Amino acid sequence: MLLDVRDLKVSFDTPDGVVEAVRGLDLRLAAGESVGIVGESGSGKSQSVLALMGLLADNARVSGSATLQTDTGALELIGAKRRVLERIRGARIAMIFQDPMTTLNPHLRIATQIKEVITRHRGLRGRAATKAAIEMLEAVKIPDPARRIRYYPHQFSGGMRQRVMIAMALACEPDILIADEPTTALDVTVQADILDLMAELRQRTNVALLLITHDLGVVAGQCERLLVMRHGEVVERGAIDPIFEAPAHAYTRDLLAAVPKLETPHFARASS
Amino acid sequence: MLSYALRRLLGAIPTLLILLTLAFVMMRAAPGGPFDADRELPPQVRANLEAKYHLDEPLYQQYGRYIWDVAHFDFGPSFQYRDTSVNDLIAQGFPVSLKLGAASLAFALIFGIPLGMLAALRQNKPADYGAMTVAMLGISIPNFVLAPLMILLFAVYNDWLPAGGLGSWQNYVMPVLALGTAMMAYVARLARGSTIEVMRSNYVRTARAKGLSAARVVWVHALPAALTPIVSFLGPAAAGIITGSVVIETIFGIPGLGQFFVQGALNRDYTLVMGVVLFYGILIVLFNLAVDLLYGWLDPRVSY
Repeated sequence: MLLDVRDLKVSFDTPDGVVEAVRGLDLRLAAGESVGIVGESGSGKSQSVLALMGLLADNARVSGSATLQTDTGALELIGAKRRVLERIRGARIAMIFQDPMTTLNPHLRIATQIKEVITRHRGLRGRAATKAAIEMLEAVKIPDPARRIRYYPHQFSGGMRQRVMIAMALACEPDILIADEPTTALDVTVQADILDLMAELRQRTNVALLLITHDLGVVAGQCERLLVMRHGEVVERGAIDPIFEAPAHAYTRDLLAAVPKLETPHFARASS
Repeated sequence: MLSYALRRLLGAIPTLLILLTLAFVMMRAAPGGPFDADRELPPQVRANLEAKYHLDEPLYQQYGRYIWDVAHFDFGPSFQYRDTSVNDLIAQGFPVSLKLGAASLAFALIFGIPLGMLAALRQNKPADYGAMTVAMLGISIPNFVLAPLMILLFAVYNDWLPAGGLGSWQNYVMPVLALGTAMMAYVARLARGSTIEVMRSNYVRTARAKGLSAARVVWVHALPAALTPIVSFLGPAAAGIITGSVVIETIFGIPGLGQFFVQGALNRDYTLVMGVVLFYGILIVLFNLAVDLLYGWLDPRVSY
């Protein structure tokens, strides 16, 4: 098992007391597999993956276990030293986030932001790093990458920025890609393009995907298995098709009912 | 960018004209005149003097004459320092003030920025409380208190530093500390606030998710945004340094522009005071322009 998460709990110390965000998450992810975590805002899905990366705020308390299979055996991520985690982040587990407008540094050129991760984990510098960065931009289908690599983030559209984020995340050929609401902030047509791109790149690189979203439609197209979270707990889990056909939990049924359908458009009903 | 700078400079002319008019009116409204002395001058001598400096003309005529001269970069003759023009006095005093001001500004930035960033990265820990206590003290103690206190401690009780004058680098230590401490403290507080904010930003989280070292996250990813509020503070700060140096130069007996300014005001040296006021005004305009251009360099989204 590539990633084995057991009884992961996350809570936050706040002035109003302890807030429990995740109350015991179990998750297994095999190499090349794709799993969706679905739930509404505040269900603990983002906090779970940030805990795996060691990226939670200082007031977070994390317990449980998450082991990552590496060349040198199993590595415990929870409570790992900062330097150990720095070798994992970006190299073995990469992450893309919701809002590509704010997740790229507005002060730095795209070239700097892609090259630094290549330098850090692949040891490439100078021209070799630039070449590798341009290749990544090509892979995410950014036109004229040799020129656009000199752009700043604000010179790109939202969809193009998310492509840059994906290029950065996959630049060091990670084993796991965590995508936290990767298309939520994008236009619908751009969403489809980004999802297609992710599917294509996943086939080519065999990277395992942990997709976090509140949109069951996105999960259906991208994932093999699904976890439904609510109030920090997993309320339903399993393969996609059985859950979509016969959801066991009332909350999952509500989520499914919330997915818009195309069969009976409103205007058709109104005119008949 | 060049056309932007030019437009800004042209736009500053009305501001400077208003400044000049106010200085003119206020100087003339002040009681007394440049040739009042303990011993009354003979009426004929006074009349000759006033005729020489055109003080016998109606005010509007004097005003027009002054504006005309200033437009030709001639600030006129000083009334107090005979046979010396205001241009000469500014050329003589400004380099001294500039050296002092630049050293104070450098001191404030070199110590203030790291102090504030350190406090931010150790938020709510002893280092943070220590740094912010120092900053609070620095802001609360006025420089006209700090300066005599330092003279007492370092020059009178202990013979470590010269009490005044200008000669070697030791002469600069106390004036720079007196002039720069409050600003250093303010810069530290600004740096702390902006660093805390940027460390919580999405793109810093991205940088950390990429596995970058803590040092690279802070110095490459967080620093530009953390510096932005400090850059906007630099305009007013330069003004503060300039006006603050009037007091400090007087206390330490430094022959800078500030001393001429104070002496000029006391002696009703109309042209000298107005010349220095206008010169300060021009400096502040230039500083603010430099700050705005610096923005564009720090933040690529800003364009002119």
